[in-house]
Amino acid sequence: MFDWRWEFVGDILPRLLKATGNTLLAALLGYGIAVVLGLILALAQRTHYPLLNRTVREFVEFIRSTPLVLQIFFVFYVGPQFGIMLSPWTAGMIAIGLHYASYLSEVYRAGIDSVPMGQWEAATSLSLSAARTYSRIIIPQAIPTAFAGMGNYLVGIFKDTPMLSVIGVAELMHTANAIGSEHYRFLEPYTLVGLIFLAISLPTAGALRKAEGKIRENMGLR
Amino acid sequence: MRPPTGDYPLRLEDEHIPMVRFQNVTKRYGDLVVLDSLDLDVEEGEMVTIIGPSGSGKTTVLRMLMALEMIDDGVIYLEGEPMTHMVKNGTLIRADKKYLRRQRLNIGMCFQHFNLFPHMTALENCIEAPIQVLGLSKTEAVERARDLLDMVGLLEKSDEHPSRLSGGQKQRVAIARSLAMRPKVMLFDEVTSALDPEVIGEVTQVIRKLVDKHNLTMLMVTHQMGFAREISDRVCFFYDGKIEEQGAPEQLFENPERERTQQFLSAVLEAT
Repeated sequence: MFDWRWEFVGDILPRLLKATGNTLLAALLGYGIAVVLGLILALAQRTHYPLLNRTVREFVEFIRSTPLVLQIFFVFYVGPQFGIMLSPWTAGMIAIGLHYASYLSEVYRAGIDSVPMGQWEAATSLSLSAARTYSRIIIPQAIPTAFAGMGNYLVGIFKDTPMLSVIGVAELMHTANAIGSEHYRFLEPYTLVGLIFLAISLPTAGALRKAEGKIRENMGLR
Repeated sequence: MRPPTGDYPLRLEDEHIPMVRFQNVTKRYGDLVVLDSLDLDVEEGEMVTIIGPSGSGKTTVLRMLMALEMIDDGVIYLEGEPMTHMVKNGTLIRADKKYLRRQRLNIGMCFQHFNLFPHMTALENCIEAPIQVLGLSKTEAVERARDLLDMVGLLEKSDEHPSRLSGGQKQRVAIARSLAMRPKVMLFDEVTSALDPEVIGEVTQVIRKLVDKHNLTMLMVTHQMGFAREISDRVCFFYDGKIEEQGAPEQLFENPERERTQQFLSAVLEAT
């Protein structure tokens, strides 16, 4: 029968909320890495060095075509065979950051491609340097287009943090598992984890949608 | 880094040097020859208008001079110095990016679709390159930009983004933005073609002012025959990547010698 114990919920909630902090930290750290690294990967694919271009493109394709959980295992368990010993947190952040950087690089690429050719030509005709053209003209205009995709992946990385539990990062899922095996009760911890994810994801997605419109407005794009 | 085929001077050393010289310039897109061995001199302070049917290579002339695309053969000279090429070890080689950036400083260009930076206000559009490229202080750049926006009659729109401006206003800001770099040569690429008829006048008026008051060298591609006739020193009729006929506007518009020129003009004038 359906057996939901409120006093058990009361007992484990503080522990789960504490772990939520770790989940948020993992999502934000990983996302921070992905945002910066993704831009580097996107720009590297636009350089005029064919070898660099090709290598980065293949790398991005490779990362996007293999499962995140495999990448996490790989960094954590295969690394030591090559003398690279990493803590669960470090290995996890590298794996998830790299994974999402690959996806974000595609988002950036689409954003940059959405800037009309005429903008490049105007910048060229004003003798702006390549660096200035990117930083002052192209990227600011690519951001509103990229923003929706970036927001989706922010929510995405947050929802993927439970995968870090497989190498022992003490985030929400890991904690819920631990509680479950300590008390032989899984209904309450897993349900709570789901609710906590919902409670964070939904408002975030809503806020991002609002922010997107605001950004366009503030940039004078409409 | 293919040198141009044939003999080209490393720099023009005649007694009289034109502001712009196209020497034997060819541009192809695949098999399509867009410019066919073009020779054209533009003198300092001259206003040269290019007319012709679409696909005749008019716009390409301007794009080649601004080096937005590379030419396939020939050399373009600017004030006697090669523009598309540079001198290395006593020969002409294709200009590198740095050389092109420096040479482009002498040229300003206005586009059919304005190409203003939409995330910047009118004023910011006009100060960006002077600060970043010419190294002006913000105060100097703002002062220069405000003078120019005043000249094109848009000082009160300084803080508006392009999305809040009409087509004619956008094009006038674009002209101010180009002029803020103090170019020696201005290129106008069908600057009124995307405009509603009632605002064309405000743009042509600005160009007229430039012709009257400044010693700018100008190259203009246009479909407005009346305007071309009124303000040009010389009109070139392009056909099939070549100059079919050129001359003073009165002569070209009233007594065109070539049959194709006559056909084009009568077709265009009939339409308006």
